[in-house]
Order: sequence, then structure tokens, then C-alpha cells
Amino acid sequence: MIVNDNKIPDMPPPASTVGAVGWLRKNLFSSWANSILTVVVGYIVISNLIPLIDWVFLTSDWLGDSREDCTSGGACWVFITVRLEQFIYGFYPESEYWRINTIFVMLAGLIAALIFEGTPKKGWLGAFTLLIFPIIAFYLLYGGAFDLEVVETHKWGGLSLTLVLACVGIVASLPFGVLLALGRRSNMPIVRSLSTAFIEIWRGVPLISVLFMASVMLPLFVSGETSMDKLLRALIGITMFQSAYMAEVIRGGLQAIPKGQYEAAMALGLNYWKSMGLIILPQALKLMIPGIVNTFIALFKDTSLVLIIGLFDLLAIVQAALSDPKWLGYSVEGYVFVAFVFWIFCFSMSRYSQALERKLHTGHGAR
Amino acid sequence: MPADLDQSSAPASKTKFWNDPDKRAILFQIIIVVLVVGTIGHFVSNALTNLETRGITTGFGFLSQSSGFDILLTLIPYDATYTFGHTFVVGLLNTLLVGFLGVVLATILGFIMGVARLSNNWLISKLAMCYIETFRNIPLLLQIFFWYVAVLGPLPGPRQSIEIGSAFLNNRGLYTPAPVFESGFWFVVVAFFAAIALCWYLVRWNHRRQDLTGQQFPIFWSSVGILIAVPLVVYFFAGSPMSWDYPELKGFNFKGGNVIIPELTALLLALTIYTAAFIAEIVRSGIEAVNKGQTEASHALGISNAKTLRLIVIPQALRVIIPPLTSQYLNLIKNSSLATAIGYPDLVAVFMGTTLNQTGQAIEIIFMTMAVYLTISLLVSAFMNWYNKIMALAER
Repeated sequence: MIVNDNKIPDMPPPASTVGAVGWLRKNLFSSWANSILTVVVGYIVISNLIPLIDWVFLTSDWLGDSREDCTSGGACWVFITVRLEQFIYGFYPESEYWRINTIFVMLAGLIAALIFEGTPKKGWLGAFTLLIFPIIAFYLLYGGAFDLEVVETHKWGGLSLTLVLACVGIVASLPFGVLLALGRRSNMPIVRSLSTAFIEIWRGVPLISVLFMASVMLPLFVSGETSMDKLLRALIGITMFQSAYMAEVIRGGLQAIPKGQYEAAMALGLNYWKSMGLIILPQALKLMIPGIVNTFIALFKDTSLVLIIGLFDLLAIVQAALSDPKWLGYSVEGYVFVAFVFWIFCFSMSRYSQALERKLHTGHGAR
Repeated sequence: MPADLDQSSAPASKTKFWNDPDKRAILFQIIIVVLVVGTIGHFVSNALTNLETRGITTGFGFLSQSSGFDILLTLIPYDATYTFGHTFVVGLLNTLLVGFLGVVLATILGFIMGVARLSNNWLISKLAMCYIETFRNIPLLLQIFFWYVAVLGPLPGPRQSIEIGSAFLNNRGLYTPAPVFESGFWFVVVAFFAAIALCWYLVRWNHRRQDLTGQQFPIFWSSVGILIAVPLVVYFFAGSPMSWDYPELKGFNFKGGNVIIPELTALLLALTIYTAAFIAEIVRSGIEAVNKGQTEASHALGISNAKTLRLIVIPQALRVIIPPLTSQYLNLIKNSSLATAIGYPDLVAVFMGTTLNQTGQAIEIIFMTMAVYLTISLLVSAFMNWYNKIMALAER
């Protein structure tokens, strides 16, 4: 009897299903129609991409201090680099830039700590970010305390104003949103209908009309001679608008809490506010974070609308710079820069919220 | 439920009334009502005194005053002698025009991109992903400015217009020949409706035949043929009762023909591209939500790929797609108010902008404008709820 102890080595897989060739066959040339599509679309993409890269990077100018330095025919990023400080700080006095920088650094540090998994005492840190930090930031930005020079709000502008609008809008709308959401789920008919009406009215009208209302009608509503700050009016409008959207996010989170939790809280003899504050909201808020981040993204993009009521956020300040006679004709560069800044912020936030959603999605449901 | 928290039933005789949840709820609501009414009353009285000191008239009398300004694009006859009431209607129609066109275009582009995102061709799917991730993360206002200032702005003036056939493209807009209908044209219209009726009959006949014999008739292409051929034949028999009004360069601008102003083009481009990116994501997640077993079962029954998508997957996906799609439509209509930034004469621009500046009657005008958007929102969501109910799964 002959027994062959030597195992015959495995055959390599067919070359056409593995490696680069296999990948190409599977993903780009799986059928005749697909192959034609790939070739045609690939040609269109490449023939557009090469001039684009050329324009953005290869033949562009980056350094200089006037339009005479833009000689090579590509994008003239000199326009951006020369005015970068204005785009970030607005008309803030140059000697006080450190105040905005401090806020930027603190905000970035706090957000990093909140996102990082292993940070201890996250709850306290979050409370600090939402309650104490805005006060510090206000005194740093506006001044008027601790020997800081007062910087009037009409000097605020650029990216820092965009961030102020978005952050204040989201932080200020949180408590209102919680109250409105609880009101909409309350069993008291008057409270419920008032909350529902408030939410649906603000969600049904465009933000522009709210901003117009805040800038034109609000001064009529407050008594007498007190003239309200333009930025404050815009912030009030944004907060009212945003709290309606926030209320719906929070309501979604509240609905996701199983009924047993409400019943258990009641069985323990907790009253309404205690059962909400100690049992329901802590669980619901965690579920709401992705939704809150998504509304924050929407708000962040919507802050650009304040340009219509005459505030100089990032888009408005670039738009104003475009009409400077020294730099006429560089609108594409200006818009691409603003788009890039907004895109970086919004894209990273949306990726964070998606990752968080996947993490919170523990097992139940379809995928 | 929190609703149940206050409903503990205690013997009414022993509890003090502030410990009785029902009575406490009534007291709480009375306080809320007093607060809300008080605040509103305070605002109203302030507003009245402020209006008086500033000498601004109140009421809706201004609606019958002559407006005194022209509007770039009007769907109904309008000039400076018409009243502010007409201005309101013109603005409203312009808003509805851009909203309607935007919804149609965004739906088409969004569905194409959503399906492309799921293509098994790597290149197509990644391109769709790049499109979605780029355009939904850039503010809409910026996109409107980009199309208006950076793309349509540098077009040549009327004298150096770009000729496309008998259409002209310049920085004042796209001038196309306009059809002029002559007296016999209503024959063609009648023929068209007759063709629609014929198609409807054909579809029913086909269904019956398929039920009886299992054979199918190329219903789609034959319907297209009928819809084109019947009106065309009638058109020639009626003696071609239609002519074209060609745009001509007279002086500094074109006269005659149709014009699509660049403000409308820029606004539509931006609204469509921005909203379609969101719709594409909705379509993608809707299709992904359909169980893979459905596709496999359909293939096992020998149904072709295209028919599987059309008859099995899309109808089930629509249930998931419709609710978020509604809110995107509403967003698009609300976002069309950004028109005011580039001067497209929509409701916000001509009414809340120009009319408010001329009359100063902020309260009436802002309330009217908001009421319009609120009504549109409520109507669209009511329609979509009704449609959703039809499409929803009949639970047994």
C-alpha cells in the first residue's frame, strides 16, 4: 500500500479573482456595460481633475502681498493669505487677538476631552463646558472685566463670529429645547398645545424670516429707548428658531426610553422633576448626542444667513473683501476658501456623529 | 409615560390641594397662561406705543396702495402702478415657481445619485459619495453666491452673447425662442388629452390580458409612442398652428422670446444640488433598508434586475423614504427664501424686503410672510401624510 504523506501544496487562487486585477474585474469591469461606464466616466473625471489640481496646487500662487504677485495663471491664494487675519478675527483689534486665540484653544481642549473615551468625570466637564465656559468666553471676547478692554460686538466678525453664533445658538437652545420637549409630552392640555404650537410655528418658517423678525420687530417689542445690540437680536432669533428643532431632537430621545423606566421611577415615588432629572433625561441625553450634533451642523451652516441682516460672519466678510477694488475678480478663490473651512467643520462633525450612532446602536434592529 | 405621573388617585378629602396632582396641574396651567398672555400683552402695548412715537401707520390698508417699483420676473401682469397686494401675489408665485421646479429637479437628481451611490461600479459609487459629502457640508447661501457670482457672473454681455442654436446666453439670462399658439392649437391640446385617455385604456387592457394569458405587452414604449405621435399628427393636419417668437438683439438687450434670468438659474442650481445631496442619502438608506431576501426571492422567481428594482425594491423602499423626503421638500421651499441674497424676486425679497422698506409696516408684513410659509409647510406635510398612509404597509 502506498501512502503519500506529503501534502500537495495548495494551488494559488486564479489570478483573475485576487489582487489588483481581481479587484479591477470585480469593481470596475464586471460586465460590458460597467466597463464602458467606467471608461467614459473615468475619462471625464481625469480630464477635469488634472486641470483642477493644476489650478489649485501646481500653478497657484501662495505668497505675496498684492495681486501683482499672482503671475502663474492658477489660483491666487495670495488673496486669502493676505486677509487671513481679517477672515478669522473680523475687525477685532489686533492687540487683542490673544483673547480669541485663548478661547479657541480652550474650546478645542474641552471638545477633545469630551470626545476622548477615557476622560474621567465627563459629566462635570460637560456641565463646565455648557455653564461656566460660556461666561469665561463672554468676558474674554467682550471684555469689561479683569482690566480687559471692551470690544464692541460690531467689531466681531469672520470665523470667530460664525463660531460664536453657532455655539451660543446651540448652548442657549438646549434648556429651552428640553422644556419644550417635556411640554409637548406633558398631559396638561394647555402646556402641550402651547409647546406644540411654538415648535411647529418656528419649524414651519424659514430662518431668514426669523432673522428679519428679530432685527426689525424685536426693537418694537421692547419698551422705550433701549436700543438692542444687533448681534444680540440675531442671537435671540437663532435661539428661538433652534430651540424648536432642539425640542424635536430631545423628544425623539425621550421616546426612545422604554416605558418601564418611567414606571419604575414612579414606583420609587419620585415626583415628575426628580424622575425626569435623575432617571429619564440622563439616559435620553446620551441617545440625543448624534441628533444634537446634526442640528449643530445645520445651525453652523445656517449662521451664514446673518449676512442678510448685516452681520459679518465668515461668508459675509469674504463677500465684502471680494468687492475690494484691489482684488476684483478673485471670487472663485474666496468662495472655495469659505467652502473649504465650512466643509472641514461640518464633515468632521458629521463623521463624529455617525461613529457615535454606530457605537450607541448596540445590537437591536436591522444592522 | 410622564403623562401617568400626575394621575395617582388619592382620596381627595385628606390631601391638601397643592398635593393633589390634578389641582396642581390646573394651577400650573393657569400660571402659564397668565405669563404667556401677560408677555404678549406687554409686547403688544410696547409695539403700539413705539409705532405711535415713530409715526408708523398700522393695519392692512397698505395692501391697496400703489407699490411704485418694478419686479424683474413676474408670472402675472405687473408694473409699478400695481398695488402692494399684487406685489405680495407676484412674490408668492415666484416662490412657488422656484419651489416647484426645485422639488422636481432635486428629486430626479437625488434619486439618480442615491442609486449611483449603491452601484456595484466602484468609480460611480465613489463619485456619488464625493458629490454627497461635498455639497451637503457647504452652506447653501455660499453655493448660491458661487453659482451666481463666480459661474454666471463672468458670462459676456448681450452683444457678445454665446449662441446655442437660436438661443442666446449672456449675463442677463438665457434667451430662448418662445412658442406662439395660433387659433387652431386647441385641436392639439384635445389630441394630447385623448392620447392620455388612450394610454390609460391600453394599460388596463394590458393588465387584463396579462391576468388571462400571462403575456405582456411593451406598454411603456407604446404609451410614449402614442403620447408623441397622436398630437404630432393632429398638429400637422391642423396646419401647424404654432410659430416661434425668436429673441433679437435690439439696442443693448434682447427683445422677444423667453428669458430665464440668471438669478433663477443660480438659485435653482444651488437648491437642486444642495437638496439632492440630502435626498440621495435618504434614497440610499431607504433602498438599503429593504431586506436582501426580497431581491433574492425576486431573482429566484426569474424577475429581471431592472424589474426587481422597479416592482419589488422601490415600492418597499418608498415607505422608508417618504417621511424624511417630505422634510427635505419643506426645507427646499423654506431655503428658497435665500433668493433675497442675490435679488431673485421671491416673496421674502419683494415683500419682506422692498415692501417693508417702503411702508415700514414690519409687523403686518412679517406676519403675512411667515403665515405663507407656515401654510405651505402644513399643506405639503398634510399631502405627504396622506400619501404616506396610502403607501404604508397594510398591517394584518
